[in-house]
Amino acid sequence: MNVVTDNWIEIGQLEDIPRQGARRVEIGDMKLAVFRTAEDQVFALEDRCPHKAGPLSQGIIHDGCVTCPLHNWVISLSDGTAQGADKGQVATFDLRMDSGHILLNMSALL
Amino acid sequence: MSKKKLVVIGNGMAPGRMLEHLFEADPEAYEVTIFNAEPRVNYNRLMLSPVLSGEKTYEDIITHDDDWYTEHGVTLHKSARITAVDRDAKTVTSENGITASYDKLVVATGSDPIIIPLPGHDLDGVLTYRDLDDVDRMLDASKTKKHAVVIGGGLLGLEAAAGLKMQGMDVTVLHLAPTLMERQLDEAAGHLLERAFAERDIKVITKANTHEILGKDGKVAGVKLDNGTKLAADIVCMAVGIRPCTGLAAEIGLDVNRGVLVSDDMRSSDADIFALGECVEHRGQVYGLVAPLYEMAKVIADNLLGEEAEYTGSVTATKLKVTGVDLYSAGDFAEAPDREEIVLRDATASVYKRLVLKENKIIGAVLYGETSDGPWFFDMLKKGTDMSEMRETLIFGQAFQGGEPLDPMAAVAALPGDAEICGCNGICKSKITETILEEGLTSLDDVRAHTKASASCGTCTGLVEQLMALTLGDSYDPNAVAAMCSCTDLSHGDVRRLIKAKGLKTISEVMQELEWKTSCGCAKCRPALNYYLVADWPDEYADDYQSRFINERVHANIQKDGTYSVVPRMWGGQTSSLELRTIADVVDKYEIPTVKVTGGQRIDMLGIKKEDLPDVWSDLGKAGFVSGHAYAKGLRTVKTCVGTDWCRFGTQDSTGLGVKIEKFMWGSWTPAKLKMGVSGCPRNCAEATCKDIGIICVESGYEIHFAGAAGLDIKGTEILFNVETEEEAMETVVALTQMYREQGFYLERIYKWAKRIGYDEVRAQMADLDRRKAYYDRFVFSQKFAQVDPWEERVSGKDKHEFKPMAKIQLEAAE
Repeated sequence: MNVVTDNWIEIGQLEDIPRQGARRVEIGDMKLAVFRTAEDQVFALEDRCPHKAGPLSQGIIHDGCVTCPLHNWVISLSDGTAQGADKGQVATFDLRMDSGHILLNMSALL
Repeated sequence: MSKKKLVVIGNGMAPGRMLEHLFEADPEAYEVTIFNAEPRVNYNRLMLSPVLSGEKTYEDIITHDDDWYTEHGVTLHKSARITAVDRDAKTVTSENGITASYDKLVVATGSDPIIIPLPGHDLDGVLTYRDLDDVDRMLDASKTKKHAVVIGGGLLGLEAAAGLKMQGMDVTVLHLAPTLMERQLDEAAGHLLERAFAERDIKVITKANTHEILGKDGKVAGVKLDNGTKLAADIVCMAVGIRPCTGLAAEIGLDVNRGVLVSDDMRSSDADIFALGECVEHRGQVYGLVAPLYEMAKVIADNLLGEEAEYTGSVTATKLKVTGVDLYSAGDFAEAPDREEIVLRDATASVYKRLVLKENKIIGAVLYGETSDGPWFFDMLKKGTDMSEMRETLIFGQAFQGGEPLDPMAAVAALPGDAEICGCNGICKSKITETILEEGLTSLDDVRAHTKASASCGTCTGLVEQLMALTLGDSYDPNAVAAMCSCTDLSHGDVRRLIKAKGLKTISEVMQELEWKTSCGCAKCRPALNYYLVADWPDEYADDYQSRFINERVHANIQKDGTYSVVPRMWGGQTSSLELRTIADVVDKYEIPTVKVTGGQRIDMLGIKKEDLPDVWSDLGKAGFVSGHAYAKGLRTVKTCVGTDWCRFGTQDSTGLGVKIEKFMWGSWTPAKLKMGVSGCPRNCAEATCKDIGIICVESGYEIHFAGAAGLDIKGTEILFNVETEEEAMETVVALTQMYREQGFYLERIYKWAKRIGYDEVRAQMADLDRRKAYYDRFVFSQKFAQVDPWEERVSGKDKHEFKPMAKIQLEAAE
């Protein structure tokens, strides 16, 4: 049921993700974390904290960031960088919304 | 103009520090390539001992991670040993065939551990103590082997011995000289040290000349001394010293003596080649401690940038990194006719201090047992300060000078800016104070994150805190009531009070009314607010799962690899053949890799895939299992002994009471985890006196205990009071829990809460029968909403989205 239009592929609907929650999307061996903020914005990061590879999709989402469940690193949803004094970055992926559907840009993945 | 090329051979602490200086001064000056014979990034070799003892992990001691190299545009070749240098063409080539050209070359090949060519030195099980591979080998050995012999009672040997002991091995240290660490310590301090090791059950044999290492089937079996003594050994660690690694330098024709010879500008006999670190010989000295190497690193960095810096040699200070042994030594302390000494001994406190003076200047210092003045003495030693003014009181340390009363703050204030505060990371006072001001730091954690000071071994934490107080003045109060998090200036206490006073009933209402500074809080305040609202408005508040940590959200415990562990409830620690058979079947069916018995008398299944959790719970549920809440800030376990059921000493039915308490209280959320114990007699087999709440059964009834701890802190319980009947015991335990639920701060265990409000206050409120009943009733009311088995709910489909990916996409090959 994954419809490819150009390089955009549907990965789910907004309502599949709780507000201030996240879901995992598996693409081949790659695991993405797809986040929905309190304001219904969506973001996608590789589901792997730059610190010790913790699953970011399991973290608490707040103010445009996610806190990793393993050691509380705070990662920006928009650019994947570690906040505060920690240094590191995780890969980000482009998403776009189309009447409730979440589309992922596959160009970076193919 | 293209950048000049800098090639570094070796990736130890010294070149790492040199590059930091270089990039700080001019990040654009050089294109840097590093060849490292070890297969890893730069780590803090000084901290191998805490890794061996298990107090730290490899990740904790990394200085520069892979990102650091990327960020600074450094090419790092790991596992690439340089075997050829063409000084005319100015190129280096590695064993695995990588060639790089250089404008400037830094040789930092370090040193090799010395292996004494004793008979048997090549047996399997003979180790050195130099790098992480050695530590890994020792840790491996400690898992299966019993006896370790360490040859060498110097700094490294003793740290290795202490680490191996902490890993559970039987350790003997063999030392050639009559006293330990004779190069750094005088005889008296050496003996104190030997005694400290004996107290740790580490055997020390001095004047021990090893004759041979005995083997069996190619493996180490023992050690034989010259006097015929034989010792059993499964591993032998040689820690007798290091030797500069000069093979490459000699091969390419640089001048080499004991080490690679350098002049004061740190250049070798080839002006484009610098040498740095333990491989260097400077003015006849070879150094093995980190401080001089860091000084050399700075000089080279400056010279690389065209300045004319000079290294003039170092006086070194040593600190032994064995937890619980405080030892500091610096300079020269041999006796000689033109020298005087000042000695302070306190045998009962095991304190020994000795200063050696020459012409009224300190030239040596040995401190044992109390070392906080070490850096101060060392600073005056390096500066050659004249001591005649304060000779009388010098030995009592900095705080005693000038007749001032003991004021540690004045002592820290008096330290010069370049005085080293954090020896592990080489951080001086001015660096810390400047960073505090520039970055606006206000907490110890911030200072650690930004400067690394006190972030390694932590012995300088007190000094760093004093510096913060000094720099920030009244605005720093280590005991100040801290704000809940950076989203608000209010403390936990303020927020709890205002939630009740203003009748705030949702998280967004709290944030709105109490003027939160962020739009939707953070991972610190949201879980706290969610708990406060659950506890205060049990019937009205809708639990916000997105504000709970993952463990409480999915009702299992996340593990380091992202799998989960599951602990079913076993009431009072009792189980049955049906339950055990079910667990065995579940373990087989879901291929659960690890099954572990916990300290709270439960069975833990570890390594379960998240997708499998609902099915695992479904199977467990069929045998009557419910969630054990091993993940919850809530009631965990009630540990019991067999009491009057079986035990010939039992005075009451401790098992029955434990089961009753657990069945009554399960499902309740508390500020932090809550563990209980019920022992059937004062022999206390259920260890009730280190629990959050404990009961000791006695002939006349029940002794109620509270506020114990056996984790980060160890603390025996306080006695609340005695009650006569089981009903009273139940009511008291429940009421006490409710009082804690209503007053505790999120993540504050009972022992901290009780200390904060006062043990007598707790006793008074529990002894007031009306209040006690009211607490009890409120707990009973809240349980109406809390006692729902979360596993059962999820087996029935609740929160399905938590347990499976939103989408799985197969990648197809491009057409």
